[in-house]
Amino acid sequence: MKKKIVSTMLCVAMISTMLAGCGGGSDNGGTAQAPAADDSAAEAPAADAAPAAGGGSVYWLNFKPESDEVLQEVAADYTAKTGVEVKVVTAASGTYSTTLLSEMDKSAPPTLFVIGNQAGVKDWKDYALDLNGTAIANELNTDAYNLYDETGKLVSIGYCYECYGIIANPDLIEKAGHSMDEIKNFEGLKTVAEDIHARAGELGFDAFSSSDMDDSSSWRFTGHMANLEYYYEQEGTAWTECPPTISGKYLDNFKNLYDLCINNSLTDPKELATGGHDAENEFKTGQAAFFVNGSWEYEAVKADVPNATMIPYYCGVAGEEKAGLNCGTENCWAINSKASAEDQQATMDFMVWCVTDPDASRKLVDTFGVMPYKSAAESTNGFLAAADKYTADGCYVMNWATNFQPNVDSYRATLVSALNQYNADQSDANWETVRTAFVDGWAAEYNAVNN
Amino acid sequence: MKSKKITATNSLQKATKRWGVLFMGPVLIAFIIGFVWPFIQGIWLSMCQFRLISDAKFIGFGNYVKTFQDASFRHAFWYTAMFAIVSLVIINVLAFIVAYILTLGIKGSNLYRTVFFMPNLIGGIVLGYIWSMIFDGILGRYQTSILLESKYGFWGLIILMCWQQIGYMMIIYVAGLQNVPGDILEAARIDGATSMQTLFKVTIPNVMSSFTICMFLSLTNGFKLFDQNLALTGGQPFIIQPGGTTIKTTEMLALNIYNTFYSSNTTSQGVAQAKAVVFFILVAGLGLLQLSYTRKREVQQ
Repeated sequence: MKKKIVSTMLCVAMISTMLAGCGGGSDNGGTAQAPAADDSAAEAPAADAAPAAGGGSVYWLNFKPESDEVLQEVAADYTAKTGVEVKVVTAASGTYSTTLLSEMDKSAPPTLFVIGNQAGVKDWKDYALDLNGTAIANELNTDAYNLYDETGKLVSIGYCYECYGIIANPDLIEKAGHSMDEIKNFEGLKTVAEDIHARAGELGFDAFSSSDMDDSSSWRFTGHMANLEYYYEQEGTAWTECPPTISGKYLDNFKNLYDLCINNSLTDPKELATGGHDAENEFKTGQAAFFVNGSWEYEAVKADVPNATMIPYYCGVAGEEKAGLNCGTENCWAINSKASAEDQQATMDFMVWCVTDPDASRKLVDTFGVMPYKSAAESTNGFLAAADKYTADGCYVMNWATNFQPNVDSYRATLVSALNQYNADQSDANWETVRTAFVDGWAAEYNAVNN
Repeated sequence: MKSKKITATNSLQKATKRWGVLFMGPVLIAFIIGFVWPFIQGIWLSMCQFRLISDAKFIGFGNYVKTFQDASFRHAFWYTAMFAIVSLVIINVLAFIVAYILTLGIKGSNLYRTVFFMPNLIGGIVLGYIWSMIFDGILGRYQTSILLESKYGFWGLIILMCWQQIGYMMIIYVAGLQNVPGDILEAARIDGATSMQTLFKVTIPNVMSSFTICMFLSLTNGFKLFDQNLALTGGQPFIIQPGGTTIKTTEMLALNIYNTFYSSNTTSQGVAQAKAVVFFILVAGLGLLQLSYTRKREVQQ
């Protein structure tokens, strides 16, 4: 028996030394890599007159999973050209903030990361380099998408912007005997949507695609559509920081549009809670004429619905004929102030290259939609073009007041829970719960975060 | 035996002592790096305010005060306790019944054992999503959803855990049942015991050690449950109270700690850490209590 125990112990000891060996091995791998990178960096300036900074490297923590492939490609191009190592890591959908939290604590933290809204500024401003007057700031063509802290430090800098609203398929609307010109306000949208829904059987398509409430879809309503309430509540003076309370004055307008969406849709509102419907596919395959989403969907739908366009959130507010799309961004670059000077310089050089190099900016603009920089490639995104057209016609841009949602994940989760109850039974009592989650929930989350 | 070879054994023991340190070293180091050190650091961090653990600031016991004031944490505790007890009872009763049936010598027992064990090999997150679809496929017919009623969420999670855990506990019980000495069973039969008497007076006392381990496992599993909880309901539905605060009705302790840690309050990481320490003490305490209780009922063969 004793022998057995001893031999077992020996085995365990042996295995753990092997594991320790593995640990040592990967360490060696790590150090072996570094000189290799140095070598290529040393060679690079001779091969190509590139702005290779003395030994620095770039680590970009990206938060748009849909752009990952292109970013990897651009990063590889840059390394091939200049020899500077560029690592792009993409956080899985919805996990950016948790990934950032753990990555920043590592010995080689991201040098380039995203601070997308005022809450992010509050959390991460101490880790962000002041970008005022830097090379990348000088390339911008607008200040509209930058984020500053209360001392005026330029914490993060917009690298693309987006717009959202209601994506529409004009061909289907015409097939139903209507035209896009009828939809200039909520009444017009309601007439068209309700008519299409009523004749869905005969037409072969319905008005709205499904508005699932699972994590992959609920943000279209709790994050985006909710913006119309916040936007109008600002009464023309844009918020500069998160207000402690909101009044919910325009919540009935949100209800107008939300009700229209769920009740004139392919899917029974009672089946929305756990999701499982593919709204994008419903729109692409011509099963639905309207699809609540944003400009990043253009790439996905343009092949199947070449005439797809985007209309504003018409919700029954006076004067909304002059409404435009919801434009803004959560895509703002910040440079890690705790990174070494070489890494910061390398990162800055990489950013400038991204927005000035014709090939790189072409690739990036195609995935991001548009980049607000003087020398960046032109946008080919139809929805952003629609946004520009509204602006050119003198319509007001609805800014992303939704970015101020306090303790955003928790706030939205509460709203989802309330909307689930409402979808299952559209009673006044259930709508009052939605109102509580929307209005009082704001104050409660604000207090939870700030006290 | 020992008394005859005192000197030899002593020198062997000495050698073992001397070299034991060397052989145990790697395990000890791995254990310290992987467990002891993070544990100590966790206790330290529970008394700090921090965003990144590399610049934590000591603030004393404030985090613990907040932990006990937090209504959501108390709700999560009672919910978790209820879940752990219900799942402990159901899982162990069913696992024992299945194990008992499968040791009666039915044809194809080995196949059944393998099949029942297999759910254990699937990860919790995957299971949670799959089961949420299954439940909603059924509940959808009645115009409702697992996310709409707390009781659906509770029993849904129980069903999921039973499906996953019964097979595992069954294997342990099968091993226990096979170790019940045949001569005792034979003696019982000769003495004229009915099969029920044999089961309750002979078999069960003899597999008490399996009960100890299975109950320990299912109790701690119930308390520590996270993945399945996150994927199946994620705490939904919420009770939205006047004033806008919420109670996540199906949120268990581990998920509560996770949600606290990743909320965007500057102090929440420290509070979550304090909750985690309280959580450890709870689970360890309950586990040990249960162990000492069932140990007393084990019989020595």
